[in-house]
Amino acid sequence: MSLLRLENLSRSFGGIDAVDNLSFAVEPGPIHSIIGPNGAGKTTLFNLITGLYKPSSGKIFFNESDITGKHPWQLAGLGLARTFQNLQIFFNMSAVENVMVGMHLKSDTRFHASLLRFKSIVTGDRLNRERAAELLNFVDLGDYVGSETSSMPYGALKRLEIARALAADPSVLLLDEPAAGLNPAETESVDSLIQKVAANSVTVILVEHDMRLVMGVSDHIFVLEGGRLLAEGKAYDIRHNPDVVAAYLGESGRVR
Amino acid sequence: MFAEFLQFLFSGITVGAIYALVGLGFTIIYNASHIINFAQGEFVMLGAMSAVFFVSVGMPMPVAMLLAIIITIFIGLALVKLAIEPARNASIVTLIIITIGASIFLRGAAQVLWGRNFHSLAPISGNDPIMIGGAAVLPQSLWILGSAMLIVMALRYFFDRTLIGKAIVASAHNPLAARLAGINARFVLLLSFGLSAMLGAVAGFLIAPISLAYPSVGIMLGLKGFCAAVLGGLGNPMGAVLGGLIVGISEAMTAGYISSAYKDAVAFIIILGVLFFRPSGLFGIRGTERV
Amino acid sequence: MNLATPRTGGMLALAAVIAILPLLLPNSFYYDIVILIGINAIVCIGLNLLIGYTGQISLGHAGFFGIGAYFSGILGANYGWPAFASMLAGAAFVAAVSFIIARPIMKLKGHYLAMGTLGMGIIISIVLTQEGDLTGGPDGMPVPPFSVFGFSLYGEKTWYWVVGVSLLITVWLALNLVDSPVGRALRSVHGSEVAAETLGVNVPHYKVQVFVTSAVIASFAGSLFAHYAGFITPDEAGFVHSIELVTMVVLGGMASTFGAVVGAAILTVLPQLLTVFHDYEMLVFGTILIGTMIFMRRGLVPTIAALFGERKE
Repeated sequence: MSLLRLENLSRSFGGIDAVDNLSFAVEPGPIHSIIGPNGAGKTTLFNLITGLYKPSSGKIFFNESDITGKHPWQLAGLGLARTFQNLQIFFNMSAVENVMVGMHLKSDTRFHASLLRFKSIVTGDRLNRERAAELLNFVDLGDYVGSETSSMPYGALKRLEIARALAADPSVLLLDEPAAGLNPAETESVDSLIQKVAANSVTVILVEHDMRLVMGVSDHIFVLEGGRLLAEGKAYDIRHNPDVVAAYLGESGRVR
Repeated sequence: MFAEFLQFLFSGITVGAIYALVGLGFTIIYNASHIINFAQGEFVMLGAMSAVFFVSVGMPMPVAMLLAIIITIFIGLALVKLAIEPARNASIVTLIIITIGASIFLRGAAQVLWGRNFHSLAPISGNDPIMIGGAAVLPQSLWILGSAMLIVMALRYFFDRTLIGKAIVASAHNPLAARLAGINARFVLLLSFGLSAMLGAVAGFLIAPISLAYPSVGIMLGLKGFCAAVLGGLGNPMGAVLGGLIVGISEAMTAGYISSAYKDAVAFIIILGVLFFRPSGLFGIRGTERV
Repeated sequence: MNLATPRTGGMLALAAVIAILPLLLPNSFYYDIVILIGINAIVCIGLNLLIGYTGQISLGHAGFFGIGAYFSGILGANYGWPAFASMLAGAAFVAAVSFIIARPIMKLKGHYLAMGTLGMGIIISIVLTQEGDLTGGPDGMPVPPFSVFGFSLYGEKTWYWVVGVSLLITVWLALNLVDSPVGRALRSVHGSEVAAETLGVNVPHYKVQVFVTSAVIASFAGSLFAHYAGFITPDEAGFVHSIELVTMVVLGGMASTFGAVVGAAILTVLPQLLTVFHDYEMLVFGTILIGTMIFMRRGLVPTIAALFGERKE
């Protein structure tokens, strides 16, 4: 049984197919990566899987049930969480509150209870706040528990998004370029964070440009080009796949 | 029957042309800066009031009009320098409040200078209606239509053919690229407010013989011009022109055939109806958010 | 209870001001202004939930204020309904109308949302103006006094306490809401709609919820105003009043409940003070508005709070 399966998935923008009749299956397992040159359709694919875009055609299955066309908030309830290539931090809230939004579906969201501040709200928020602080510690942001997001550095905000996504207790975490814009040392620590997340039995699906990161952590790699699947397999196979090498030669010369 | 319809149609097109000019003013500023200028209606008021003033001190009509345009452009530029530029990078809501503050200021200034009374302005070429297909058309209507058409064509030429016009269009589509290409954003902002002020002034002294001139004449004209601009899809100049005509004609038809009581509501009922089904206006581009 | 938090501390400070103020008010003219501040503040607290916290502008909320006011007027004067009943009927009607209109209107973004809400408000005020048989038309209509159990509320001093307590309750409810999972969901919509959606926040649902809430609060305040003033006109629902309300929210400080109160206070008092300028009143008012927005972009309360915050560090 596959965890996530795409069936002839397509999405076009103004006549251009960003994702073109794509089919593949992600088996349960620690860390998967999706790579490909710029414009290969990686972020579009993430947006399709998390329900932000509706596919032009094709189907998406999660745990073998059809999730095509479901709203993002419904998918969150099924156990899908993600981060963003361009930061989508709630800058109008503190770091802890950002993470607490991730616990939305498990919180008491009855309107009258919130207005009248029932006891369930007070105790629920206290527990959520503690759990949020733990999650911030988990992603090495313990120092920022009380911080306003507007005063946090870029690298910390990248991790904050991961903590926020984990707060939703996902079974699958999609990370869209978690190392983009980070220096080598920061990339290194994101690398170990990803492994730490995967060790907590969360399946990680990674879109990343940093080949060293991808080759180092991935158990399985999908290569996209022009919205289609070019190849898939283990890191070693991908590195030596002539099609992949050819596709990348056009862009950056070689696959490290 | 048909003559009656024609009569309503003419009055609709006349007022629609004015809405189109006001809507164009919104569009030009929006394209240059993504600001909605709630003082656009006050440009119309200033055009009307200052033309009335210059005529009342004995100037010939063409000179009064020219001076009205110059004064309104000057005010438009001052608005940029004193209120818009100092608030660069402020949020949309803040900028809306600033232009609303400017509109209150300009209305206040007009009251101080010219009083709260209604003033009339003589039509450009008399009040004797011309009969067309059984409908009586005021010569002023023809002046309005002719001027509006001329202005729309001139603007098209300006934006499509001249370097400066293309620069404005370019900076609307991609501000960063425009800056890299050496287009001065501050200049584009000034130019857009100047142009919009000019359009407002022209709309003002053209409509004044029909609507009269008073300090708050710009409020409804401005709001309906905003309707026209949104109806056509914000940022689309030809859309604004079409939007203006749609609003004007529907208004005249409602007043003629249904009820004049709800004439002023027509523009807003249309805009709500359109926005509910097409959230980006009739001719707006539906954007997909990039994540 | 921790008194040092802005929540309880602010509530206590506001309660203290409301308790002490009568000692300082020399006559009913001043009471009148303070009562109007209170009513405006109630509307602005609701509107701030929508604009400041959820990030959705409305240029038409005076329409809901007007509907509340006219329900109290029409049901009270024409049909002899008890004040509480007409107030609740108005709120229920506003809840229904705003619920129906919220889905399509809250789909709009940015300037399109501004246009949509502006149109909504203007249509409401035109209907109130044109349905003269019910509403008295542009000249307005009288509203009977508010009576509870046969006891009528008369005079500024009585109304002062009614409005004061209503304001405190509204502040308490708003503070509760903001500091709850629902409140964080609302703020997340302002911060990033896409991120909120992927975290399980049903964004359209919350937009509708906050729109209806702010509309109902405006309706209650409108009813209070109608019974207090004893006379209402369609201007209560008009575009200018809508703009005044938004200005109060922005001037006081977006996403600050106490900011909404401060904004309402300043913009209610300012025109009274500016009457000394006679004809120049609008000139000065416009200048102050522009100046404040340029130099205190985040509004008074957040700007001042930030200044104090820096000093502490």
